[in-house]
Amino acid sequence: MLRFVATFLACLTLALPISAQQADAPIQQLLQSQSDLIIESSRRTIGPAIDALANSGMPEAQVVLDKWQTREMWVNKETGLFVYAEEVDRDTLRIFDFADGSEIAEVPDDGFDQLKPNSGIRGLIGTALVQFQLSDPNPDTRQRALDAIERGAEESHLAALRASLPKEPDALILARKQRLERLLTIAYGATDAERIEAIQSFGGDLGVDVRAALNPLLAVRVEAAEALPADADIGRVLEPGSAALSRDDAYALLVAANLAKPRISVEEQRNALIANIADGQVAGIQVATLNSQEARDMAYAALAEQGTVTAVATEAEVDQRLSNHVFFERYVGAPPEVVFAAQAALNAIENKVAINQMFDLSLDALSLASIYFLAAIGLAITFGVMGVINMAHGEFIMMGAYTGYVVQLFIPDYTLSILVAIPLAFAVTFGAGVAMERLVIRWLYHRPLETLLATFGISIALQQIAKNIFGTQARPLTAPGWLDGSLVINDIVSISYIRIAIFVLALLFLALFLFVMNRTRLGLEVRAVTQNPRMAASMGINPDKIKMLTFGFGSGIAGIAGVAIGLYAKVTSEMGSDYIVQSFMTVVVGGVGNIWGTLLGATMVGFLQKGIEWFNPSNTLAAQTYMILFIILFIQFRPKGIIALKGRAAEA
Amino acid sequence: MSDVAIGQRRQPFALRFPSVMIFLAILALFTVGVTILSEGFGIGVISTSFIKTLGKTLCLCLVALAMDLVWGYCGILSLGHMAFFGLGGYAIGMWLMYARTEIIVLESLAAAELPPTPEEVSNGIATQIFGVVGSSEFPPIWAFAHSLPLQFAAVVIVPGLLALVFGWLAFRSRVTGVYLSILTQAMTLALSLHLFQNDSGLRGNNGLSGLQNLPGLDDVPQATVSLWFFWASALALGLGYVLCAWIVSGKFGSVIRAIRDDEARVRFLGYPVEAFKLVIFTLTAVIAGIAGALYYPQAGIINPAEIAPIASIYLAVWVAIGGRGRLYGAVIGAAFVSLVSTWFTGGQAPDINLGFYTISWVDWWTVLLGLSFVCVTLYAPKGIGGLIDLITDRKSPNRHGASLGPDQGSLREQEAEK
Repeated sequence: MLRFVATFLACLTLALPISAQQADAPIQQLLQSQSDLIIESSRRTIGPAIDALANSGMPEAQVVLDKWQTREMWVNKETGLFVYAEEVDRDTLRIFDFADGSEIAEVPDDGFDQLKPNSGIRGLIGTALVQFQLSDPNPDTRQRALDAIERGAEESHLAALRASLPKEPDALILARKQRLERLLTIAYGATDAERIEAIQSFGGDLGVDVRAALNPLLAVRVEAAEALPADADIGRVLEPGSAALSRDDAYALLVAANLAKPRISVEEQRNALIANIADGQVAGIQVATLNSQEARDMAYAALAEQGTVTAVATEAEVDQRLSNHVFFERYVGAPPEVVFAAQAALNAIENKVAINQMFDLSLDALSLASIYFLAAIGLAITFGVMGVINMAHGEFIMMGAYTGYVVQLFIPDYTLSILVAIPLAFAVTFGAGVAMERLVIRWLYHRPLETLLATFGISIALQQIAKNIFGTQARPLTAPGWLDGSLVINDIVSISYIRIAIFVLALLFLALFLFVMNRTRLGLEVRAVTQNPRMAASMGINPDKIKMLTFGFGSGIAGIAGVAIGLYAKVTSEMGSDYIVQSFMTVVVGGVGNIWGTLLGATMVGFLQKGIEWFNPSNTLAAQTYMILFIILFIQFRPKGIIALKGRAAEA
Repeated sequence: MSDVAIGQRRQPFALRFPSVMIFLAILALFTVGVTILSEGFGIGVISTSFIKTLGKTLCLCLVALAMDLVWGYCGILSLGHMAFFGLGGYAIGMWLMYARTEIIVLESLAAAELPPTPEEVSNGIATQIFGVVGSSEFPPIWAFAHSLPLQFAAVVIVPGLLALVFGWLAFRSRVTGVYLSILTQAMTLALSLHLFQNDSGLRGNNGLSGLQNLPGLDDVPQATVSLWFFWASALALGLGYVLCAWIVSGKFGSVIRAIRDDEARVRFLGYPVEAFKLVIFTLTAVIAGIAGALYYPQAGIINPAEIAPIASIYLAVWVAIGGRGRLYGAVIGAAFVSLVSTWFTGGQAPDINLGFYTISWVDWWTVLLGLSFVCVTLYAPKGIGGLIDLITDRKSPNRHGASLGPDQGSLREQEAEK
């Protein structure tokens, strides 16, 4: 009884709002005409209903599709009219009219059925919606629609895209649409001529999307035949046993096509033999004699003759079958003309990609060269100018990097901390260099081999001290935020800002070095002491002081280099030893005593290493190995380096 | 160590160089003493692992001898001799690993119903050895690994050939001094980087392991095997010492010492300096290879880190601390530093508590070693061996009445009489 009253009351409340809905609006009429299909909601039959809505030309159709897709469309159980609704709470709906979007009323949801399209139908609706979104007044919606098409293009998108082209007001979006339209034409164009034209319009375009559109066209299927067919869609002819088609694969192809007898693996053969052991014999052959592959083949053949196992191809038969057949690729991605156009376009693109990759590689090499130059420039002073072998140079680099790390512990602002760290690193390593020169090196100026060993002792000690203080794990030295990211020139060529910063820093150091050596009093005195210490001393220069300052200067520059290298690589106690051999190589290859030589040496080493890595990109260890071998050989032919000093300076 | 006296009949080698006899006597005594104290054949005071440490130390002494010959006598500071040491170890390690794995694989295949084919055996061994680097085929350099004589030959030939080629290239283009040092360091760096790769064919950074087990001798306890290797190391060291002493004693030795002191002058005197250097470089590489071949079966494992540049630097440190330019100095240095190093890094040395900080020798030993090495270079270039001069210099050399020469104005008479 109560229930009846409640229903009655509900009907009363519902009666009013429903009468307010425009049952004769064109969109509602259209929906009603497709009502059965829509309510049935089957992916197989829904097509006409969606098409009718999409092609109706009515602006309300978009709202319908949109709400349908997001499961907000409801149907009145009594009148069969469609509405869309918001759920106010669990039992109440706020319903809206499709015709003008006006709110009708808040009603209980008992009288309505929610339409729940499955994912297949939602996909179809989404495709239909694209054409509305493509001409949506809001540019963001249009962009998003284009994003969706780029992610998963379908044949139907092409027509929608073309239809939306003339109405596009935004020039940027128009350009994007046109590009997308050409890409879709490549894949779904109606005629070959149209597709070929679209392909050719992309001549030399570096975009990854173009290559992604072209590559499926070149899909091939490997086939075998007695003689090469004269069809137009035949690609390469493959030789069994080549890199493109292994001998086993080729034979498996023949077996799959029923053109040859199956083969059997050694494993299977052994199991078959074991299964047929009787009285210590297999097909009358003693088991003990089956200790070679030939004997096992014979035993298996004997078994096959008895009919116990199926006969398999022997190696000779395999060879014969393979030589009787020809293996070729058949294009299955597109008609031959399109394939050839795509092939030509891809070749053009690949040539351009190769050139750009070359350029990118050169940028990489240049940045590697500037790192080596940074690491080596301090050595160019201590070793190149003074002739002192400082094997602890790498540890000065490490000290500079750790100085940067410690500064960052105290100053959280990255930009400021780097600005503080650079002079501080110079000061720390300058001090360390001067102390080392005073305590050790000045006693050994005429014993270069012993300088080498003593500085090695210092290097070992410094490394272990750093390990004891900072631990073995790598410490971060974080670059300021404005050095994040990279400068992107096109899809292939890009370089990170930090590498550019290191390159600029290397140039600054070069300028600093040239300025100090050629334009300052210190530089003049350094050159004088290097060339003839006694004569310099009699001119009033204190050689001891100059040597001390020069060594400190070289060490200080190593410290700054340490900060720069720390930004690019992790700071560890062993980072110095990673660079020391390469640094010496750079100085020696370039030519001792000449900064331009060091620059050339760093460039050569950097380009060489990147070049070798290019041949074998996965293996940097091999690249380093070959680079060192190359340098050893190079020194055979130019023992004095690229730029050899001549005359008296060379003897100093 | 007095040199050849002029105008005198040549005495036998042993009498002219009593230090060789003294060294051999000490070595023999040491060997016998250790054998008596060992677990394998004696009263068991010294543990097997310490026997191994002693045996390894003898091998290090042998490679230090080679280093002394090339650096202390010939003046070539090679920072790459541990590469030859490692190559010798790899050569013998390949056979040890192959032969041992072959026995294991044959045993496991013997249980199968069918007798194994040669291919199955070879594949089984390769999978066992190279599974760790994701491969199951033998690289070409393992072609001779099945044969002990061929791998023995490789112990000598591979380091020798590498040294010959490298030395020939370096010496003919007159790379000398620190340049040569850096070049040799680059060589050993390149070699270790190469071996670190998994596809180098020597198991990448896993190296070769299980070398302490001699194939087919599983029944013999390690206590016995370690003594065998100890004896072999002692024998090799003794022979190496005699060989080195013989080389530096004669005219050849005089020439290489002269090259060390003034290379240009020796060249002007008409000696083929490059050939002399090449012979010494190659010979010492071979000695280093043999020492490595004896060392690594005692260590049990070899990996590319063993031939990193730092190892060769330690070799130079041993020789410098022991006293270069005298053979017993190299032996003393290598034995002293490596044993002390084992003591410190083994955690046996007592830590020093400073109140605010505890100096743990495991961490600080390297610092101490580096700094004491600097001190030796600065203040005691003669090294520990120089202490022996304090004794021998008390006695003036026996000149058999020969005059000191015509230079009357100098103080040589007083110096000789001190």
